[in-house]
Amino acid sequence: MTSIGTGYDLSNSIFSPDGRNFQVEYAVKAVENGGTSIGIRCKDGVVLAVEKVIASKLWRPGANKRIATIDRHLGAVYSGMIPDGRHFVDRARDEARAWRDTWKSPIPTADLASRMGGYLQAYTLYSSVRPFGITAIVAGFDPSQPSPVDGEVGRGPSVGPGGVKEGLTHGGPGLYMIEPSGLYWGYYGAATGKGRQAAKAELEKLDLAGEGISLEQGVKEAARIIYVAHDDNKDKEFELEMSWISDVDGPTKGRHEEVPRAVREEAERLAKKALDDDDEEEGKKDDEKMEE
Amino acid sequence: MDHRPQAWGRPRDDVYGAYDASFMNPNGPNQATQSPIVTGTSVVAIKFSEGVVIAADNLASYGSLARFTDVKRLRTFADSTVIGFGGDVSDMQYLDRHLTSLAIDESYSAPSLDSDAGGPPKARLNAANLHKYLAKLLYARRSKFDPLWNHLLVAGLDDDDKPFLAAADLLGTTFSAPSLATGFGSMLAQPIMRRFAPDEEAAARLTREQAVDVVKQCMKVLFYRDARSLDSYSIAVVTKDGVDLKENEKLENQSWAFAERIRGYGTQTA
Amino acid sequence: MEFTTTGMLNEDGIHVDMDRLKKGEVNLGTSIMAVTFKDGVILGADSRTTTGAYIANRVTDKLTRVHDTIWCCRSGSAADTQAVADIVQYQLGLYATRNGKNPTTQTAASIFQEICYANKDRLSAGLIIAGWDERHGGQVYSIPLGGSLHKQAYAIGGSGSTYIYGYCDAHWREGMEEAEAVDFVKGALREAIKWDGSSGGVIRMVVLTEQGADRHLYLPDTDYKVRHY
Repeated sequence: MTSIGTGYDLSNSIFSPDGRNFQVEYAVKAVENGGTSIGIRCKDGVVLAVEKVIASKLWRPGANKRIATIDRHLGAVYSGMIPDGRHFVDRARDEARAWRDTWKSPIPTADLASRMGGYLQAYTLYSSVRPFGITAIVAGFDPSQPSPVDGEVGRGPSVGPGGVKEGLTHGGPGLYMIEPSGLYWGYYGAATGKGRQAAKAELEKLDLAGEGISLEQGVKEAARIIYVAHDDNKDKEFELEMSWISDVDGPTKGRHEEVPRAVREEAERLAKKALDDDDEEEGKKDDEKMEE
Repeated sequence: MDHRPQAWGRPRDDVYGAYDASFMNPNGPNQATQSPIVTGTSVVAIKFSEGVVIAADNLASYGSLARFTDVKRLRTFADSTVIGFGGDVSDMQYLDRHLTSLAIDESYSAPSLDSDAGGPPKARLNAANLHKYLAKLLYARRSKFDPLWNHLLVAGLDDDDKPFLAAADLLGTTFSAPSLATGFGSMLAQPIMRRFAPDEEAAARLTREQAVDVVKQCMKVLFYRDARSLDSYSIAVVTKDGVDLKENEKLENQSWAFAERIRGYGTQTA
Repeated sequence: MEFTTTGMLNEDGIHVDMDRLKKGEVNLGTSIMAVTFKDGVILGADSRTTTGAYIANRVTDKLTRVHDTIWCCRSGSAADTQAVADIVQYQLGLYATRNGKNPTTQTAASIFQEICYANKDRLSAGLIIAGWDERHGGQVYSIPLGGSLHKQAYAIGGSGSTYIYGYCDAHWREGMEEAEAVDFVKGALREAIKWDGSSGGVIRMVVLTEQGADRHLYLPDTDYKVRHY
């Protein structure tokens, strides 16, 4: 940050001579201090997980949720400034509702990401506002089977509609990450917050873009990655929060839901075990070295 | 005929009368109140020991025309409540969408799954809450002189997980009883159901099977005597375990054979 | 349910559309229909427009394009239904350019319904929406007077439709071939034209499939036998 103090970082709507908006870059710094959030796009669903940093021992365990439901089939998590994230969620819910009011159907995940990307970008244009201090991960499952219009009555022919084009797939899991600049991309696996580097390294080891992994596997990996990304020595205590979305024939019936306690605890047990195993291996190596 | 240019291209007043432009006037009385157009007839429901049985046929009429024969008028909410709609179908669809967005609002703050080991999380909006909400909505709309033209029954459980059944109509009037019916059903079905459930105590003694039987009997009588009814219907049983909804039931064991003995209209025997 | 005698709806359900007209308004006292078949949907309509007993237009086109393979049949007030169709055509065009993909029939039906429901006191529009899209194939939605939305295998509408409920119920089959479906529509509309004074003229059809929209025209002086374009 060599340009600090040159004056170009004092206002949102002013570029520096080398074409940078410093307010946006500072917002990214806010994100980099937040608890790690990740999302994994699996074959049959999406998982969101967050390292909820316990800032006070007076918090009730399980309270103060960090993952939010946007619409039945949509969830979001974010790293950075929590109040900014809450506002992001409020706006996303408004967008999802407006879409339903207009089109009588759920908003596709990609369209929500696009709307929210546009919304965040607008906060980089004016000197009167500051950019969002969060990077958000939006997950959704768009129905792969045709679904009725909201409030529909009546049925088409019992033999099904005629002339459906064969060989096309529709809907499926969606995962998007939106940055303070308003930039957003679709991801197989997304990570943000303090432990993003470690998390990304772990995500890249999973074969998400190729064969893919199952939702059940995704939950376990998500838990493990959050534990890996957490630095026991430096970081405060944390609580793992996870949610998932499957297709209508999957465990969540197309809805965004918190991962059931039993499933989460099993994933956490495996995560801790994997970490211990790693430590032991490292320990062994160290021992060997000493013997040399 | 009026040959002035002002009259060109307009329907002739001498033939059609002056054009009624009152709808373009922003001041003055505004007529919003309509009449129902595409309509559903009765909804019937009765409480029993563990829940409520509710039924409505699958017909949407257009005047006397049986226009749509596959309109499902029982709608579930949050897997724990069933609402039966009588009256205008377009307003039913409006309410259905409104309830969908209400359900989504509820899911924002879904109860934590942490608290219990299994089973679906308990709905925060139960039938009693929902009924109060709908009654207030209906009353607010009638107070704008723009009513939602429905008479609805809400079946489910109350705050104490006891069977709950109540009605609300287009004026916002509410009523609660061990058994309820709207439209023709209030005259034809209600007396039958009252024989089985004259009061809450009697309803609490009814078994699920008994309640279903009574409701099916009511649907049959309604089909015999309501000229806007259909023999295909939906029936739902709401209990603590959720909603058991069947949407394509057919009336069974109808009695028509006695027509054989009917000849003429009095003394005739041939 | 009770119907007022001063209201818009006659108890027989037949002359509904005419009664809802504003004074002197041009009426599509009509026979319209749309059917699903093996490869998509077919819309059909007569071509008579009346003001009272006078035929204001004997070759009307009541089949209106709102997107490439989403069309509607209009009945009721000509002015109202044209205005509504224009709005929906604009909205669907906007949807396609904005989202880079074609709207679905459901999307179109939803917009139609919202307009018809929100303005139910001001409109007399009875619409049938039919369309083809690659995900849902051929679909038919009916929006009658109050602004409710009904998904159907086939739909009939307009004043002439009341005369052909029996014909259609008896002859309807699911999953027909295109030629069979064309014959079904033609047979039904011929009956409607025959018995309904407010329906008449030529029979127009539009076939919507993956191949796009294909118009048919059949004339009374050739006994509706010859297909002109």
